[in-house]
Amino acid sequence: MPQIVNAVEMRGIVKRFPGVLANDHVDFDLCQGEVHALLGENGAGKSTLMNVLAGLYKPEEGAISVEGKRVSFNSPRDAIAAGLGMVHQHFMLVPSQTVTENIILGLEAPRFVLNMAELDKKILALQEQYGLRVDPKAKIWQLSVGEQQRVEILKMLYRGARVLILDEPTAVLTPQEIKEFIATLKGMVASGHSIVFISHKLDEVLAIANRVTVLRHGRATASGVSTAGTTKRKLAELMVGRDVIFFLEKPPATPGPVVLDLQDLKAENDRGLQALKGVSLQVRAGEILGIAGVAGNGQSELAQVITGMRKALSGHVRVNGEDVVNRSPRVAINRQVAHVPEDRNGVGSAPSLSLAENLIMKSYRKAPVGSRLALNRSVIRKQAEELKTAFDIAAPNIDVQARLLSGGNLQKAILAREMSAEPKIIVAVQPTRGLDVGAIEAVQRVLLDERARGTAILLFSEELEEVMALSDRIAVIYEGQIMGEVKPEETTLEQIGLMMAGQRLENIRGETDGHE
Amino acid sequence: MATNDTLAKGFRPTYSLRLERRLTTPKWLPVATSVGAVVVALIVGALLIYLGGGHPLAAYQHILEAAFGSVGVFNDTLVKATPLILVGLACALAFRMRLWNIGAEGQFFMGAWGASAVVLLPLLPATTPKPLMLLAMALAGFLCGALWGFIPGYLKAKLNVNEVVTTLMMNYIATSWVLFWVFGAWSEGGFQMSRMFPRTAWMPRLLDYAKSIPAFGGLTLHGGILLGLIAATIVWFIVSRSKWGYEIRLIGDNPRAAHYAGINIVRNTVLVMMLSGGLAGLAGMSEISGVVHRLQGAISPGYGFTGIIVAWLAKLNPFAVVLVSVLFGGLILAGREIQPSGIPRMLQGIILFCVIASDVLLRYRVRLVRS
Repeated sequence: MPQIVNAVEMRGIVKRFPGVLANDHVDFDLCQGEVHALLGENGAGKSTLMNVLAGLYKPEEGAISVEGKRVSFNSPRDAIAAGLGMVHQHFMLVPSQTVTENIILGLEAPRFVLNMAELDKKILALQEQYGLRVDPKAKIWQLSVGEQQRVEILKMLYRGARVLILDEPTAVLTPQEIKEFIATLKGMVASGHSIVFISHKLDEVLAIANRVTVLRHGRATASGVSTAGTTKRKLAELMVGRDVIFFLEKPPATPGPVVLDLQDLKAENDRGLQALKGVSLQVRAGEILGIAGVAGNGQSELAQVITGMRKALSGHVRVNGEDVVNRSPRVAINRQVAHVPEDRNGVGSAPSLSLAENLIMKSYRKAPVGSRLALNRSVIRKQAEELKTAFDIAAPNIDVQARLLSGGNLQKAILAREMSAEPKIIVAVQPTRGLDVGAIEAVQRVLLDERARGTAILLFSEELEEVMALSDRIAVIYEGQIMGEVKPEETTLEQIGLMMAGQRLENIRGETDGHE
Repeated sequence: MATNDTLAKGFRPTYSLRLERRLTTPKWLPVATSVGAVVVALIVGALLIYLGGGHPLAAYQHILEAAFGSVGVFNDTLVKATPLILVGLACALAFRMRLWNIGAEGQFFMGAWGASAVVLLPLLPATTPKPLMLLAMALAGFLCGALWGFIPGYLKAKLNVNEVVTTLMMNYIATSWVLFWVFGAWSEGGFQMSRMFPRTAWMPRLLDYAKSIPAFGGLTLHGGILLGLIAATIVWFIVSRSKWGYEIRLIGDNPRAAHYAGINIVRNTVLVMMLSGGLAGLAGMSEISGVVHRLQGAISPGYGFTGIIVAWLAKLNPFAVVLVSVLFGGLILAGREIQPSGIPRMLQGIILFCVIASDVLLRYRVRLVRS
């Protein structure tokens, strides 16, 4: 395809938020028919830049042209009309409606009469064209996350988008789904679409994109560099601003006695479906047991049952021999079970309370923080200042509202709170999800320090590399059951991938034995 | 928010208002927006008075004089403010936890009924020493109000029944319950009111001390205002300084985080609703023991509902509740001077609307953009 006119040209884009310069004279070009990655840490301004392109924000300065024509968008509607469609990280779908209903939502036609059969057919045809298969009659809540993403993409294609902006599309997918997804992207590019791919994962960017633009603190540190001529290390340096070491120092484990003993746990999820179908695991003092698995296979429910936040149907949770199943979160806290929850904003923090107040969520009941009736304000302030320094929480002061902290700093605050209780057991669920490279390093270091201190750690993670790097043992969960338990030095990513897809370890081993 | 098409308007530059999310809220801003909201409300009110053929400035001047113009009228303003303080605190406490207690009016009536029951059933003889009598009445009023808070609180906590509906409906039950007694068993000679309470059941008033301090002559301000001030201090301590208040604020901000922190949400919901109802009940007791001195159907010109506005205008700050109550006390009093109903009620409504609307300014910054 002749690349005479660029699909998108952004020149000198400046976007300010109160106190923050989110985009500082950023240039961005998207050629026809390419995949262009936008790389950067959280808060680097990637999403802001693309929200400007998608018509959600209006830039203070700068010019945008689409296919050679100057444009000025006042709303996402204008951007869609110009052929730009954005798929956000958090899907904007109506759970109780069908795929087709979601796709036509907000469109002018059809006006009154909904010929559903006709529309279903139209959408099926579109699916055929791009290989994005999903039942048009299915309700959104029945779909997996990967399928929901396909619906979002179909929504944009149905509106005639020629440029697709995908905000961290692979964050929610399994390794297998990512493969399919990449194939779909290639298909769309082949049929003339151009794609912007926002990510902070270096490997993916190198695998998928033709060119890459790197943002750091709102500025482009690399503009439209060809991925063929760069390396992971170089990109990481452009992104973080310093040399990054992809290596964690992990001394050998010295496991002690079993501290956490789970026996045949069964529990339901919020929808009343059985999420745990008999989980038994043991964690020893001073070791990390990694739980690998695709999101939604019972990880959240398991963590909640252990920490007393969800009732189990049956089974036992023994903490140092004492059965605490179906007691309460308070009992777990008193037994020094720390919990780094999956949902930092929704569960792990109170957005309108201050950083200092968030740091005492687990300790306010007892001296020295709480006396009989009142809270000891000087102790609270002193401890908060200490934790802020010790855990390197970047916040203007300890009175700042938690909702104003970035994801990485909020996670550091949660870790600071949980670790300051000197836990015997840590249940950490996706502790590094969505964090930038620097924050990930800090979180992983804290977990390894705790391991050295003799804490038993249960680590839930979807990042296979992370599970492999941190764990002393790995258990794989699939549909509420443990598929098998392996040691990281004795396994392969393929083996774990197969277990994540629902094959039992015995069967995998049996097959390979049969071949030999 | 969208800008108009520049071409359509020729060469004139067009301006548009833009809302931008605030990252931080300065401490003075809530106060400024509340005051600003009242000013805007007064301007809107002035416009309506003008359209109705009145003279807005004259009306407002009259209101000011009638409410704050002399010691005598200021006394009356404070008397009106007394129940508002307690009811406003009741609402402020519940709203802190995002429990929408719309039932302060009913809790007020139940409190009045409970206090009356001590005298009229009677639970205590008329010859009971005054301190004991008043203490018993306050306790009974508090408990009856608390009961009226307990029922919706328990239903909300255990069965997730919407408290807005239950508290609102229970207002009607409470007022009818009081009417049932004043028309029936407690009726004095067929009138819809009870007999006058004995002097031992009267809250001490300033005029009671006129013999030693002549300046107090004719001043009807009663002990209820002390109850209000003490309650404001206690509520402030609970919310801002105590462990329990921390739990309340945590639940109000994020119930899931509160659950995660091991806080018993069911118990706290019930307790907060009971304390809230109890405060409103205390307001009822204070009103009949300090002002009315008997139980009757008409003991509240909607204090329970005005308390909602008071709490909101005070941004749920207990001490601000006291100040706002005085303002509204004056408005109720002076309103009657210029018109029995209508304008003053209307002003209250407009003020609430403006205060709620002004909340946007706390979360967003408004900018004029030239395009």
